[in-house]
Amino acid sequence: MNELAPAQRAFHVALVGNPNCGKTALFNALTGSSQRATNYPGVTVERKEGGLTTPGGRHISLLDLPGTYSLRARSPDEVITREVVLGSQDGVALPDLLVCVADATNLRLGLRLVLELKSTGRPVLLVLNMIDIARHRGMEIDTAALAAELALPVVTSVAVRRGGTDALLAEFDRIGGIAPPKTTSAWLAPDATGIRALQREADRILAAVVRMPPDKRDPMTRRLDAVLLHPVAGLLILLTVLFLMFQAVFAWAEPAMQLIEGGFQALGAAVGATLPEDGALGLLRSFLQDGLIAGVGSVLVFLPQILILFLFILLLEDFGYMARAAFLMDRIMGGAGLHGRAFIPLLSSFACAIPGIMATRVIDSRRDRLATILVAPLMTCSARIPVYTLIIGAFIEDRPVWGWIGLQGLVMFGLYAAGIVSALGMSFVFKRLLWRGTPSEPFMLELPDYKWPRLRDVLLGLWQRARAFLRRAGTIILSMMVVIWFLSSVPRPPEGATAPAIEYSLAFAIGHAVEPVLRPIGFNWQIGVALIPGMAAREVAVASLGTVYAVASNGEETTELGQALAGKWSLATALAFLAWYVFAPQCAATLAVIRRETGSRGWMWFSFGYMLGLAYLAAFVTFQVASLLGAG
Amino acid sequence: MSLPTPAPTALDLGAAPRGFLGRILGLRQLELGGLPAEELELRLLELGFVEGARVEILHQGLFGGGDPIAVRIHTATIALRRREAAAILVEPLDE
Repeated sequence: MNELAPAQRAFHVALVGNPNCGKTALFNALTGSSQRATNYPGVTVERKEGGLTTPGGRHISLLDLPGTYSLRARSPDEVITREVVLGSQDGVALPDLLVCVADATNLRLGLRLVLELKSTGRPVLLVLNMIDIARHRGMEIDTAALAAELALPVVTSVAVRRGGTDALLAEFDRIGGIAPPKTTSAWLAPDATGIRALQREADRILAAVVRMPPDKRDPMTRRLDAVLLHPVAGLLILLTVLFLMFQAVFAWAEPAMQLIEGGFQALGAAVGATLPEDGALGLLRSFLQDGLIAGVGSVLVFLPQILILFLFILLLEDFGYMARAAFLMDRIMGGAGLHGRAFIPLLSSFACAIPGIMATRVIDSRRDRLATILVAPLMTCSARIPVYTLIIGAFIEDRPVWGWIGLQGLVMFGLYAAGIVSALGMSFVFKRLLWRGTPSEPFMLELPDYKWPRLRDVLLGLWQRARAFLRRAGTIILSMMVVIWFLSSVPRPPEGATAPAIEYSLAFAIGHAVEPVLRPIGFNWQIGVALIPGMAAREVAVASLGTVYAVASNGEETTELGQALAGKWSLATALAFLAWYVFAPQCAATLAVIRRETGSRGWMWFSFGYMLGLAYLAAFVTFQVASLLGAG
Repeated sequence: MSLPTPAPTALDLGAAPRGFLGRILGLRQLELGGLPAEELELRLLELGFVEGARVEILHQGLFGGGDPIAVRIHTATIALRRREAAAILVEPLDE
């Protein structure tokens, strides 16, 4: 009685397919909200799993494997696909059935993959997805003949339509009733001759079972690409899309951000009101209010921006535009030693480097991915904006430079440009210094046909990414906040102290200790003190400056802090402070994510070190030059 | 591998202009300082660049002499750089 009845045992199914074959849409249609995304052990490859019950009552455990053209894996993602298919991936059961998903409108490479999968000796089922689009374009596919040629079951599906997966579910019921064979996999990496032979066979089958219309191109894709991939117009449109995206990220998120900020302030105040200021409970009060609530709030406040950014990225990705953006940007990125695909991660880093660094997983080669991770924090993330706004507002005259372009806006633009230029410059340097002689990966990318994004797929993607951000940033920030709060709050001020509490803390001692080092870049000890809590998140430095200068800095009173600073800092110091913030590794959460994604403490310290060096150098040059010009 | 004797009109895909329509004669071993020649050949094959396939250059970039290029091959459109496309030998087709 130890053996489970066949109907009770979960039937393991793995989805395999080329990139852009509609595999994820099919996975979403089959599993809906029952899916979970975790990581495979030891690697940062996302493991997407879900469950479903067939009409026949069979429980299916479904695994969505990373897209690939062949089992001869080139990237960590593709290695996972191969290992799972061959049953050698730790912690993953050998699939009872491999479902090869192929785009019915673009079958050629999918057919070769299914032939390769068949050679593993595992049970394989071919799904011709997007069959509706293929029919609409006048392609006729003889599925019975295809099944006969392949000697495999073949079904059609329309992942995005209700009932579009019925045939596939029926096959799960039918195949699930047959005990899977106990064969071991017999797969050998094909050489050039082997791939040629497989592709010829796929082409032969294709010619035999598919009747194509004379013009195979999708009319919408043809018309759109004529404009969107035009050498000049395409680049201009890309820039316009990016501009609109940033406009949306900053304008639309504002109300939600104020709401979150206000909510956390109210929560902090409520907690503060219930606990006394002195004694051991006072320490707890300070920890809850200044450490925990303020810290979590300082990360959550970016969630609206990140959601809007991801919404745009998901829409553009599902529409098929992201591959085009990579195509248009390839030469520009390539000149700096970056891969065309580094474009999206760097773009995301404008909101926050954490999702940007997480997005580098799409880059196949480890070296290209590492280069992107190292320079992503140089892109001006939105946490720098409060710092920039404060300093610019206080020190830069608000006067028009040319037409409607003001000096303040120009300085802001200059800071953004400095971030972009330094990111491209540093990746160029890394390529020359760190990876001299290592081959650079070629840019080869399929440009899929344009498709209207589906609401369900976009919302699911948005939810998954938001959750990943919250989990990662949440846990990391929490632990970092404890350390930084400790430095800024312990020891507590003595009874009857009049100076701000921070002046009795370890941070204060550290700020004073590092002052001689900071003097050449024009920083006083107050800045040194503010930099330590600022490690938690950049914008916390604003609040800390407020504390050090004993000025409230919440909400509308920021101008008050600005005025206080304007009276106490020289222009040279203010400019040096801005230059410092362009480069400074002032965000503990980003460093922790770098450690996670590179799997190495060494790279985390390397990025910390090089950014610190750059920040010091930039602030030094800025301060000295500005002082010479009479701004000291 | 041995190549068929190139036709007098043969050229490499990396040197072909936008709008070029042709047929693949073969892949040549190209040491680019990037990937090993064998690896480049395997990757091109995996994207469907096999002998006999029809190719058309649909689009090209703005910089570097029109780089990268978007190549139509059967029902797929593949973006790649001209330096890698140079490993693909083609003959023009007139249509």
